[in-house]
Amino acid sequence: MQSENRRLLVLMLPAGVFFAAFFLLPMGRLFFIGGSGTLGWAAYAAIVTDRLYFGSLLSTLAVATATTLVTLVISGIAGVFLQRHRFPGNAVLVAMLTLPLAFPGVVIGFMVIMLAGRQGLIGTVTEAISGERLVFAYSMAGLFMGYVYFSIPRTILTVMAATEKLDPKLEEAARSLGASPWQVVRDVILPGLKPAFISSGAICFATAVGAFGTAFTLATRINVLPMVIYTEFTLSANIAMAAALSFVLGAITWVVLALARSAAGSTVAAAG
Amino acid sequence: MSAAGRPFSIQLKGCSKTFPDGTRALETLELDIEAGETLVFLGPSGCGKTTTLRIIAGLESPDVGGQVFFDSENVTALPIEQRNVGMVFQSYALFPNMSVAQNIGYGLRIKKHNAKAINARVSEMLEMMRIEALADRRVDQLSGGQRQRVALARALAVRPRALLLDEPLTALDAKLRDTLRLEIDTLLRSLAITTVYVTHDQAEAMALGDRIVVMDQGCVAHVGTPREIYQRPANRFVAEFIGTMNKVSGHASAGVFTCSAGTICWPQLPAGATELLFRPEDIRLAGADEPSTLSGRVAAAFFLGDRTRLFIEVGEAQPLVVESPARRSFELGEQLGLAIDVNGLLVL
Amino acid sequence: MHQLMYQLMRQLTHKLMHKRRWLFMLQLAFTLLICAFLIVPVILSMLAGLTVNYLVGIESGLTLRWVVEVWDGYRETIFASIGLSLACLAITLVLGVPAAYALARRQNRFTRAIEELLVMPVAVPGLATALALIVTYGTAGGFRTSWSFILVGHVLFTLPFMVRAVLAVLMAIDLKTLEEGAASLGASFGQRFRDIVLPNCRSGILAGSLMVVTLSMGEFNMTWLLHTPFTKTLPVGLADAYASLRLEVGSAYTLIFFVMIMPLLLALQFFATPRSKKFSVKDVS
Repeated sequence: MQSENRRLLVLMLPAGVFFAAFFLLPMGRLFFIGGSGTLGWAAYAAIVTDRLYFGSLLSTLAVATATTLVTLVISGIAGVFLQRHRFPGNAVLVAMLTLPLAFPGVVIGFMVIMLAGRQGLIGTVTEAISGERLVFAYSMAGLFMGYVYFSIPRTILTVMAATEKLDPKLEEAARSLGASPWQVVRDVILPGLKPAFISSGAICFATAVGAFGTAFTLATRINVLPMVIYTEFTLSANIAMAAALSFVLGAITWVVLALARSAAGSTVAAAG
Repeated sequence: MSAAGRPFSIQLKGCSKTFPDGTRALETLELDIEAGETLVFLGPSGCGKTTTLRIIAGLESPDVGGQVFFDSENVTALPIEQRNVGMVFQSYALFPNMSVAQNIGYGLRIKKHNAKAINARVSEMLEMMRIEALADRRVDQLSGGQRQRVALARALAVRPRALLLDEPLTALDAKLRDTLRLEIDTLLRSLAITTVYVTHDQAEAMALGDRIVVMDQGCVAHVGTPREIYQRPANRFVAEFIGTMNKVSGHASAGVFTCSAGTICWPQLPAGATELLFRPEDIRLAGADEPSTLSGRVAAAFFLGDRTRLFIEVGEAQPLVVESPARRSFELGEQLGLAIDVNGLLVL
Repeated sequence: MHQLMYQLMRQLTHKLMHKRRWLFMLQLAFTLLICAFLIVPVILSMLAGLTVNYLVGIESGLTLRWVVEVWDGYRETIFASIGLSLACLAITLVLGVPAAYALARRQNRFTRAIEELLVMPVAVPGLATALALIVTYGTAGGFRTSWSFILVGHVLFTLPFMVRAVLAVLMAIDLKTLEEGAASLGASFGQRFRDIVLPNCRSGILAGSLMVVTLSMGEFNMTWLLHTPFTKTLPVGLADAYASLRLEVGSAYTLIFFVMIMPLLLALQFFATPRSKKFSVKDVS
């Protein structure tokens, strides 16, 4: 019915107008600003041609990859364990593991400092053991730890939900054919969880690539792309370069997350 | 019982419906529904019966040129909110956020009746449907049959001028369906309200309809009373869709039809007829001293308790279906003689 | 407490009898370690905010002076964050609920594209979105320096969550037939929306609201770029404090943040348990 179509359009209009004015238009402008600097449109290629930018791209991708792999292993083990075994306190552990879900990157950075900073817990422990304070908060290792910190809550829920949907009969069938627990894990459980791993892994990767707050808090020695963009913008006032780099960054995360969404079908975010 | 307003007649003139994706759901239809009658739309899924109902309701508009009249008022342009019809949906569409009483009273609340009037009417409806005990229950606590009654009560509470039911019993199990069919029948007779009822179940249609519209692939196949539809189907589709139909093929000459099973003498036999159709109840086992017109062998016999259903092989494509009330048992391959009542013969 | 420990031990030993003991214990130990990894810093920072001298440790005594110091210096940021998240909630309700209704009523390529678009500010790093806003509206003086600038960023980021939450609930009910039922009884669109649609998506609105408020309170990436010295939110204040003040003050500030956000997170978890089919917390990520 036409009147209904018109009505639905009107209902969508406020959100649509808001979105167009404050996201689509600015993004378009960002794209053009990126090509308006001293390098012109070549700025978009600078991410691979310039040594500094390329280096930061590589470190970003590297730390994101490492984060993803480690997080998937951790979430895989802990998630399957918690979903499969009911014992008193199970719910408490789940709550603890998912609590950091909404912590901003700046708080995560602070958590890293609490653990691995100059007065950190790890430093105290290592000093007690070996006499040397281990301080790594302000390096890539600290950043990596921070990324794992905020990635675990995100992935573990997906893993647990997927584990719930696994058909126990498949495992029973494997065991009836003589498979050991490890073989059951390798041949039945892991393949069954593959879609969940792929989608939450993509989320984890994209989030780590786009994360800013954590790196910012852990100070400027860290050379990841979001930090480079930030310094270009604020310290060098090289707006065009910052625009071009951030547009590319946005494109990378959006592509990865679109792929994840087509595999998983849920909303994904890059924040941290 | 003044449960409804004055009923009105419904006319559909030149109504067809093509959906935006190109599906032709309804071919051009002309239909007159008398005030107070119960008209049943019967047909397989996809035949257009629900589309027609929705056009009458105002949920769909007919293609350009189609018109809908209530009495003599052209309501084609009116949306359903203004047509004052009571509608019962297949899934009942009861509002989950309201209790039973609130659901029933909703139409009256929209019409801004005062609270006292609403309560009185709701009680009247609860009593009519015998669901007084359910007044404050939430919808998800009700069984299928209970929901059905609430849906009916809600539709009737506003004193609609017509009642439209879209397969109201389809979602229920067989036993419940039988019980409710009887209740609905009683209700409709006592209300004398113009009712349009859509179903794919023949038994429902035959039991409830004053007239039945049999539909097939968007077209009307036959409009008639249940008796007419059953005994004098207008065409092949209706004959085979309703009930069971036997068929014998052969050739006719001078009042005698010869086929592989035997010969049938029928004075009114049309010349050139190559097929005769008849119902299982028009053919029976020939008595011991009766001349039999057809004969065949028992291919299958199903004892159904009150009767035995026989499938008799007579050399046709399909075996004949014959029902025997006799308390005798049958052997496979047994040769039987059959007698036909020529009053039930059809040529289509 | 002792009861609980005893119960736990009994259950665990029971399990040990029947499962591969080492495998179970190993997994449990691993999980506990990970929990510790996540929770211990939180506890440490909360303690640090209450300790007289973090270097000395808890022996130096507990005090509220750091919390008071934070309150004196940064209380505007706390009110600002609360106010901002409530304003964000109001706007996302007004924009998001009708949009979710429209998306639920029509499921075609067009509406799917709109859903994809709405999600983009969430998929793209906050840094990029903020930069885009700055290059476009940076010169609009009044707007640039006002709270609305930050509010816009927050709404962009949280709107998809509100839409998603309401949409999920609306898709689970047969909205079309319910509306037709109400229409057959004479209800106009406005009446149907008020009596049928809104009451039936209450749980979605609640879940979405919790999500929006939580996310807005914790938003940093965008806000850091969009803020001015006069428009600081709590996370922005935190970044300042970590950089320039002593650890105890930063910890006290973080403590306040935790106190504000924990109830919201717990409500989110309680309201949408991870293992239920309803809109779940994992969708935050």
